[in-house]
Amino acid sequence: MKVFTFERAQTAESALAASKKSGAKFIAGGTNLLDLMKLEIETPGHLIDINGLGLDKIEALPDGGLRIGALVRNTALAADERVRRDYGVLSRALLAGASSQLRNKATTAGNLLQRTRCPYFYDTNQPCNKRQPGSGCSAIEGFSRQHAVIGASNACIATHPSDMAVAMRVLDAQVETLRADASTRTIPIADLHRLPGDTPHVEHILEPGELITAVTLPKPVAGTHIYRKVRDRASYAFALISVAAIIQPNGGGRVALGGVAHKPWRVEAAEAQLTSGADAFTKLLLANANPTHDNAFKLPLVQRTLAAVLADARKG
Amino acid sequence: MNDLSDLRITRRGVLKVGAVSATALAVPSVTTAQVSSSQPVQAPVISKLSFEVNGTLHSLDVDTRTTLLDALREHLHLTGTKKGCDHGQCGACTVIVDGQRINSCLSLAVMNEGAKISTIEGLGSKNALHPMQAAFIKHDGFQCGYCTPGQICSAVAVLDEIKQGIPSHVTADLTAQPQVTAEEIRERMSGNICRCGAYSNIVDAITDVAGRTA
Repeated sequence: MKVFTFERAQTAESALAASKKSGAKFIAGGTNLLDLMKLEIETPGHLIDINGLGLDKIEALPDGGLRIGALVRNTALAADERVRRDYGVLSRALLAGASSQLRNKATTAGNLLQRTRCPYFYDTNQPCNKRQPGSGCSAIEGFSRQHAVIGASNACIATHPSDMAVAMRVLDAQVETLRADASTRTIPIADLHRLPGDTPHVEHILEPGELITAVTLPKPVAGTHIYRKVRDRASYAFALISVAAIIQPNGGGRVALGGVAHKPWRVEAAEAQLTSGADAFTKLLLANANPTHDNAFKLPLVQRTLAAVLADARKG
Repeated sequence: MNDLSDLRITRRGVLKVGAVSATALAVPSVTTAQVSSSQPVQAPVISKLSFEVNGTLHSLDVDTRTTLLDALREHLHLTGTKKGCDHGQCGACTVIVDGQRINSCLSLAVMNEGAKISTIEGLGSKNALHPMQAAFIKHDGFQCGYCTPGQICSAVAVLDEIKQGIPSHVTADLTAQPQVTAEEIRERMSGNICRCGAYSNIVDAITDVAGRTA
């Protein structure tokens, strides 16, 4: 691990001021950042511990929604009574991710900003445009079973590893931030993460020093909440594909996918076709998919998993 | 012909995976070597730190890069907590911090200022075993024993988490109180890997402590 200086921020103002230092980075749970620092894939010169900022509350909003503080741990969010009752898809997605030890540490904002688990991103002996821009993508001609099938580019076929973000996408969550100049903004979760294009190392639209303070959920959406994750082992593994869905009694509803793209994948314009069944809907949802030899299986897997989700929803 | 080419692709795929994981394992030592030989060594940053471990207050001067795991093992010589993968994948380093189990390899020591930490050494002693330690012995819940301190810390936390009503991936009804079942224990213990494969006896040991039969 590279040498770094360390400070504990007690207020958002001091955290923002510290973020102007060279090589500064915020740290909260640290479960992903420290892992990457050990491999010297992340090499911050200054770490700002933001755990003292008090952003660890889940509050009811006047419009019936929920504001989730950036530092709320994944376990606390999954176990919150309101989330379990009204946002079941979110609770289920969180519980499908990582292990209890990691969920006890991992935060809401950190989960959104975690980096890909592409093995070539982790292997510093191999080219990777995300880790070293311009060096090439080892995954495209390499072992790509886990990788993206849609929205990828010739520069990068990595996926976003989060389960939580997929559920938040289907819930139309909004991300609240504080910028380095102390102004605030609200970002629809659909716009937070970028597709790789020619700059796969730029993974989200946050500016340097911009701090996520909360994620808000609109008032609960009625329907059957389902998160179905398909993976190589039954627990403690990243998704091959996952389906977050809120299904209405008529078979319509909302669907987002995990494990298929550089961000949670949802096509609202196609959702009117959900009542036509999994086959027709998947064709629209994954139109222009461009899988590799290794991961072409993800296309039928999405269609079949979605069919299973719709069948589960019919059963109630 | 088809069979042959399929076989070739499969073998190459396997070799590629093998290469990726082998080099990933080699990375830490390679980069350490580079730092010491070809780059000027930056002076470490030392930070003061106090926390409570098993009821005893400790004040330390640590390199900011020190993980909680290394602080416990190398500074306090509490070597019961084990280093397995050092990347949050195996659970051997599991300790309980402020009532919650975490991977101590993925937490900086300096981020635990003021924390109350319980390690395997604090759960019981040779003459007064914690019920979970006794149950692991009774049910033969280990072979080599390397993952065992992490398994036991995790197991103690599992029963506490169920009591608190925290649901898991296999909890059928999210709004109901979760029960101690073999399925729940298996899911909740999935962050602790046992290379010897003592899993079924570990489930028996935890079930025993929970006061139910498997």
